[in-house]
Amino acid sequence: MSAPLPLSLATGSAGALALAFGVGIGFGWCLERAGLGSASKLMGQFHLTDLAVFKVMFSAIVTAMLGLFWLSRVGVVDLSRVYVPETFVLPQLVGGLVFGAGMALAGLCPGTSCVAAATGRGDGFVVVGGFFAGVLMTALALPGMARFYQSGARGTLTLDSVLGLETGSLILVVVAAALAGFIVAEQVEQWKLRRLAELER
Amino acid sequence: MNARATARPYADPYLAGVGLGLVLLASFVLAGRGLGASGAFATAAATSVNAVAPSAVAGNPYFADHLAAGGPLRDWLVVEILGVIVGGFLSASLAGRLALRVERGAHTSLRERLGAAMAGGVLMGGGAVLARGCTSGQALTGGALLSVGAWLFIGTAFAAAYLVAFVTRRSWT
Repeated sequence: MSAPLPLSLATGSAGALALAFGVGIGFGWCLERAGLGSASKLMGQFHLTDLAVFKVMFSAIVTAMLGLFWLSRVGVVDLSRVYVPETFVLPQLVGGLVFGAGMALAGLCPGTSCVAAATGRGDGFVVVGGFFAGVLMTALALPGMARFYQSGARGTLTLDSVLGLETGSLILVVVAAALAGFIVAEQVEQWKLRRLAELER
Repeated sequence: MNARATARPYADPYLAGVGLGLVLLASFVLAGRGLGASGAFATAAATSVNAVAPSAVAGNPYFADHLAAGGPLRDWLVVEILGVIVGGFLSASLAGRLALRVERGAHTSLRERLGAAMAGGVLMGGGAVLARGCTSGQALTGGALLSVGAWLFIGTAFAAAYLVAFVTRRSWT
């Protein structure tokens, strides 16, 4: 008995591209609804005044993670046919640092900069242009740092196998951590707003 | 047209997050892959380089990997990003949130803001190439799939962002 999903769509076929377009519309819609196309709102995450980024991201991660886990449990989805991004320890640690520094300067990430540009924000347009230039320049330089780029290659590596936990147990831990994180996030926002109000007086 | 006067407030972040999670889940379940943003830019870069200097693509595995057969408009991630632009535009227009503007701090000049936006974009481009993805393809997608590399990326990206945001905090006050 094999699970019926995911669909077997040929790369570049009309069906695959229609699905890609639909997924993109949903993605852009949700980012805009959440306000993440706005750099000033997004920066609230890092100034601790508005933790919407954390709340949106972890609600999304938990929703998709739980959905996928249960749909595979009941035999609807074949997990082995869902592509898991591969782990390259060092480039992902360093890439994260460089990316994060850029995100705080830009006030947007690549996906949200597209929404920012589409909704009339000039800063979004500039971030999109800068991101394209950064991808282009770094890709041109990659052959010169091939060893670093491939370092720490671990293939498909998931947290449950590293921690020696059952997938279901780890998912429970992640959900609990996210819920605790939401409670802390609400407290942090209240504390920050009180502090700002005190400073104004 | 004064969109800002009639703009409706943003949705509850938890509700929007669950919606985003359902979109991500639909992508996993139907297409067998998650969301992405930087991949579309990689394809655009590979296509541009291929048009100017095809030999540079042949000698560069990254470009070769991202050059879509049949052109960029047959590439999953490029079409997905076109959808993101349409979806974001539709959502904002229905909520009265379309307006031409540059978001910046009250004491930040236009030049400073756009300079930071450019520099931030370039740095994110470098980071996304090294990490093989960005907030969409690594953090959201890899995060939900419990990929170790994705969680390492989330950790260092947020740590660096908090540090840089603290150092540059005056630009948003």
